[in-house]
Amino acid sequence: MSATAEVVASETAASEASAFAPLGDVVIDCDLQKVYYGDFLAVRDSSVPIEKGKITGFIGPSGCGKSTVLRSLNRMNDLIPIFRFEGHVKYHGQDIYGRKVDPVVVRRYIGMVFQQPNPFSMSIYDNVAFGLRLNRYKGNLDEHVQKALERAALWNEVKDKLKNSGLSLSGGQQQRLCIARAIATEPDVLLMDEPCSALDPIATRQVEELMLELKERYTVALVTHNMQQATRVADTTAFFGVDISEGGRTGYLVEMGQTRQIFQDPRETLTRQYVAGEFS
Amino acid sequence: MSRLDQISAAVLEEARMSMPRLERQPFERRAMKSGILTGLTWMVAILGSIPLFSVIYMLAIKGGARLDLEALTALPPAGFETGGGFGNAIVGTLVMVGIGGITSIPIGILAAVYLAVLGPYSKLAGISRFVAKTLTGFPSILAGVFTYAILVINFGYSALAGGVSLAVLMLPTIVLAAEEAMKQVPQRMTDAAFGIGCTRTQVIWKVVLPTGLPGILTGVMLAVAGAAGESAPLLFTALFSNYYLSGLTEPTASLSILIYNFSAMPFENQIQLAWAASLVLVLIVLVFNILARLFGRPKV
Amino acid sequence: MRSPTRSLIQATFQGRHESMASNLIKSNTAAESVSGPPSSGDYLADSVFRAIALTCAALIVLLIAYILWEIGGKAVPAMREDGLGFITGTTWNPNRDQFGVLPEIWGTLYSSLLALIIGGLFGVSIAIFLTQDFLGSRVTAVFRTIVELLAAIPSVVYGLWGIYVLIPLLRPVADWLHAHLGFIPLFGTELSGPGLAPAALVLAIMILPTVAAISVDAFRRIPYKVKEAAFGMGTTRWEAILKVMLPTASSGLLAALVLGFGRALGETMALAMLIGNSNQISLSLFAPADTLASLLASNFPEAGPVEVRALMYAAMVLLVITFLVNVVGLGIQQYTMRKFEGKK
Repeated sequence: MSATAEVVASETAASEASAFAPLGDVVIDCDLQKVYYGDFLAVRDSSVPIEKGKITGFIGPSGCGKSTVLRSLNRMNDLIPIFRFEGHVKYHGQDIYGRKVDPVVVRRYIGMVFQQPNPFSMSIYDNVAFGLRLNRYKGNLDEHVQKALERAALWNEVKDKLKNSGLSLSGGQQQRLCIARAIATEPDVLLMDEPCSALDPIATRQVEELMLELKERYTVALVTHNMQQATRVADTTAFFGVDISEGGRTGYLVEMGQTRQIFQDPRETLTRQYVAGEFS
Repeated sequence: MSRLDQISAAVLEEARMSMPRLERQPFERRAMKSGILTGLTWMVAILGSIPLFSVIYMLAIKGGARLDLEALTALPPAGFETGGGFGNAIVGTLVMVGIGGITSIPIGILAAVYLAVLGPYSKLAGISRFVAKTLTGFPSILAGVFTYAILVINFGYSALAGGVSLAVLMLPTIVLAAEEAMKQVPQRMTDAAFGIGCTRTQVIWKVVLPTGLPGILTGVMLAVAGAAGESAPLLFTALFSNYYLSGLTEPTASLSILIYNFSAMPFENQIQLAWAASLVLVLIVLVFNILARLFGRPKV
Repeated sequence: MRSPTRSLIQATFQGRHESMASNLIKSNTAAESVSGPPSSGDYLADSVFRAIALTCAALIVLLIAYILWEIGGKAVPAMREDGLGFITGTTWNPNRDQFGVLPEIWGTLYSSLLALIIGGLFGVSIAIFLTQDFLGSRVTAVFRTIVELLAAIPSVVYGLWGIYVLIPLLRPVADWLHAHLGFIPLFGTELSGPGLAPAALVLAIMILPTVAAISVDAFRRIPYKVKEAAFGMGTTRWEAILKVMLPTASSGLLAALVLGFGRALGETMALAMLIGNSNQISLSLFAPADTLASLLASNFPEAGPVEVRALMYAAMVLLVITFLVNVVGLGIQQYTMRKFEGKK
């Protein structure tokens, strides 16, 4: 029987996991005690500090809440009416869920690339320029658009057809278009939710190189179901598990640390089992 | 035959008798019943189509016979006159449909924006949606009565009043079609717009409206087509006029009222014009219906 | 973060003081981020637009309230004067201040019922025809276009056609029926011209598309596995339709019929042209009659203030009847949709 990361006893204390001490500046101090969709407890006890200039990877089996945690970092979960949580999320010390805070502003600084490609039904050029125009960028649009497409490993394939609709591209190309769109405005933090799951290995490699390049000036938080990808690009890795002890499926942070430590010398048994490929 | 052959023959015969017969048995009772019902259904479908073909035929023959430049431009003839046309009625219809559109299209689309994007689960949205659906079945003559009560009593008969009564009838169709079109915009696209930091208004203007435009236009065209054919509400709001439209606050002619008036007259001339006007009216309605279908094709 | 910076960043997040604070947050954050909060113009546009959209949605509700208020309000004086006698009275004589709409109520209901029987039967049959795999997709498209065209033809044109095509066609049939079967009250009178029969027939043609469209929708909602189950048991096509599909879609079909009935009740012009506008109550299909809608159509233009009040009362009666029927029909439709959401 293939095991999954389901823990019967919730003895795995969250305290040990949050014993992770970040080495650099913490850009996003994320501490989610309980995350609910209506009455369903989706995530508990996940304190995930995101460090500046680093790539933080979220790994774990399906259903462990890594996407939920990611989406809480830029208030995308606000779009779900029954979402609520206990805890806090602070960006540069500011509580982004403060009563007077406008989620629109938060999302201007914390960008997101989604799991499913979602280009707008407009031309490729307009897709990439969208964020630039939104922020009323007065500079050279063409240059920025080209740069973004180059970094997203898409320029060569679309440079002759920038006027074509974004929806006319293949799935992998669409995803790279969405990445270009997100990085065009060079947001402070970029959240990426399994961005390479629809991409072939070559495009995946190019996007991973992009991430490494981005972290020189920006911060990246990445959800991936591909452990090798985490080892390749993530500086810090957070491993989430699923707790079925109460009869539901609640995700929680099992362990977080330097990627090397998580994969070579994990503290938790569950982590060791996961990285050894004993379940997925 | 040897004894063995006899036995095997008997066995084979026995087998053949007890195997179910799989081939079609058209005269078996169940199949026959099915066949008859299918035949009846075909008849019903064809019978139901006959009126359409009859109408088209009459329009083409009787209407076409009288359709010429004079009919399209001249003014309606009086009782014993010959000649004449319904130019003013064409203008009147188009103008009043235009007034109806200008009033109902913005309000309808904006209301649909609220229903589809801004507050889809709110109480107001629920009530508004239900009211819109109820209003689609609103008797057209009551739209005329209502407009009479609010406009005509105080300001007299006018093209404006006629246009307003049409707006009342167009509004529900536009609201519901536009809401449906906007709901069809994939959620991942609006997610992307929110994710990049758009305010709700920006999501609507930059993503939802452009993407949903084909469906919205379809609804608008269908509403316009319906309004062009309306006559009851115009009976006592725009009344009728034998002259070209001189101002929006004057009564004005319309194709539908002209047809109604002329159909009851005992003069052959008028009746011919009624058919010609019907042809023109149906063509106008058809054009808008075709436009609705053309717009409805989404891009990529 | 130090406090003056913090409060400035706070202000940025609240969307005010953009320029200075956003520069500050930029220097604290990314190297060359293009991002900044929305301008105050954007915020203003957002609030204003959302308010306008909400107002428009509210306008729709206000519209129906206004309609009820206006028509009801104008009807009240007549209601006070004539009271319920209005509904039971049978004469309409403006000169003598006698107003009664019973013949019109009768005509409205009778014509709509006849139209429903014919149009409903045809509409549902055509819906079955279109959805139950009788035809290839091209032929289905042709018939669907035919139904849509039927719906597109304006009411007056049907009226015109009715007068010059249908009535002459009907007359020999009517005469024959009257001559041979005149003892049945349905065929009790002669068809002199306009009358209930041509009006009801045209009305049937007019509601056929409505009934067909809603019925097609009802059939389409049936989950595929229901069809599979039926055919898997070896039913003929018609057994599947009659024993499984129809019952499953029954509430949707009921909604189609009720809403078709509602449309028939409100139809005006074709009826005004074909029904004869005669103030009588008769079971005969060939007698002239009148409906509430055509009463309004015929009398309003020339009505004096007293008659107008009575007409408003009649309008109110029509409004209430159609409103009730439409609400019931919509309710059945909602119920149907919920039922199938569960099944899926």
